[in-house]
Amino acid sequence: MGLVNPELGTFIWMFIAFASVFFLLKKYAWPSIVDAIEERNDSIKEALLSAESAKEEMAKLQADNQKILKEARRERENMIKEAKELGEQIVREAKSKATEEAEKVVESARQAIESDKTAALSEIKAQVASLSVQIAEKVLRRQFADDQQQKDYFQELMKEVKLN
Amino acid sequence: MKHIHRLLLIAFFFTSLTPAFASVSDDHEPETHQVSHEKKKFEPGNFIMDHIADAYDWHVFSYGDFHFTAPLPVIVYSNNSGFHIFMSSNFHHGHSSYKGFELAKDGEYRGKVVEMVDGHQVRPFDISMTKNVMAMLISMIFLLWIFLSVAKTYRRRKGQEPKGLQAYLEPIIVFVVDEIAKPAIGEKKYKKFVPFLLTIFFFIWLNNLMGLVPFIPGGANVTGNITITMVLALFTFIITTVNSNKNYWKHIFNTPGVPWWLKFPIPLMPLVELMGVFTKPFVLMVRLFANITAGHIIVLAFISLIFIFGEMSPALGMGTSVLSVAFVIFMNVLELLVGLIQAYVFTFLSALYFGMAVEDEH
Repeated sequence: MGLVNPELGTFIWMFIAFASVFFLLKKYAWPSIVDAIEERNDSIKEALLSAESAKEEMAKLQADNQKILKEARRERENMIKEAKELGEQIVREAKSKATEEAEKVVESARQAIESDKTAALSEIKAQVASLSVQIAEKVLRRQFADDQQQKDYFQELMKEVKLN
Repeated sequence: MKHIHRLLLIAFFFTSLTPAFASVSDDHEPETHQVSHEKKKFEPGNFIMDHIADAYDWHVFSYGDFHFTAPLPVIVYSNNSGFHIFMSSNFHHGHSSYKGFELAKDGEYRGKVVEMVDGHQVRPFDISMTKNVMAMLISMIFLLWIFLSVAKTYRRRKGQEPKGLQAYLEPIIVFVVDEIAKPAIGEKKYKKFVPFLLTIFFFIWLNNLMGLVPFIPGGANVTGNITITMVLALFTFIITTVNSNKNYWKHIFNTPGVPWWLKFPIPLMPLVELMGVFTKPFVLMVRLFANITAGHIIVLAFISLIFIFGEMSPALGMGTSVLSVAFVIFMNVLELLVGLIQAYVFTFLSALYFGMAVEDEH
């Protein structure tokens, strides 16, 4: 049975050939192939992970943006409300101030009128007094005979007095 | 998925060629009988054996009386006449002797180069480049060429997507690393053995496929040659033994979990375990050899049927050929699968043995 008997010649050739091919492939082929595959696998894994994290980051960013936008909108509303209030308040204050001012002006006008009136009255009083004195002087300078004459004369004097 | 489809397509292309050429190249045996002008009976046994066994020349094709064979160098050293190198064509297909050497026609050394000394056949020290050696060397060159160029592609296209041949081979390389080396040896120690596992996987697979191609550079039965499988198994054995740790030998000589009376006074278990160290690579050798040879024998047997029936009547031979070729196609497709499975099994078992050798104590 030649089929199951190993041949020394074939054995030697096979041993040398296999050993050298194994050595050459081990040195020049397999490490670069296996390492390259592993490296690529790692880089793909890493890329996937980073893509995932980027996606998360993006989602977070978007959520943040949404939040910021919402906040800004709220802020704006607040600001508008405040501004409106402030405006109303200013108007209110201005109104009250104006009223006050007007009252003050009226008051001072009234006081001025009052003081003018008293001044005028006191002047009238003074004039009346001086007129009375003049009249009395004139009456005293004339000698009256009777009462009637005196009365008439008095009447005449009175007519002369003019309130000016 | 796409790569697997492509691979299948290529593989199918090869098999589709096989049966057609097998029937052409295999019919030279009966023709030679016609040349000798004696109506010798067709002997399927010899026919099959001649096709499976190694040869000193590489038959390409025959057309009638014309045989085209590639002669191969015969390198012999004889104790009587010293060292000789000559081409096998000097034997004229075994019809003549050269320098006292001839191809034995029968007997113990049938088909081998023998020297006639005092009328006895003496086998010289024979390191001829036979058909199997040549086919093996060609496949080695193929292997080197394929993987060195693929490695170059990997270096050139670092981090880029695989392309061309690289794309075809990458899934298989990844399969060997991830599905054979990692699970069998373990995540920590598999790296050291990956180059050997890849080399034997692709060597066996390539030769299994080339063995199915019936013309040069195929047609030789490399992985169906016991010497070739013996060298492969020997490498597995050497690597297992060289890398074995204390725990491995402890499992052999003092197997844990076995009753003491199996180890002492008669060391039954250690003996069985020690035998296992040698039977494991032996089984690897025989399994690959037997599987591939069996496939070839079946294919050749179907081809032989054509000649057996053809001898009875040409019409019967013609009828049989249709059936035979159909079976041969079926067998070749099956062999395609077997070729891959046997490469996988040899590699996986080697990886398992390496895994046992480097396993740590639990």
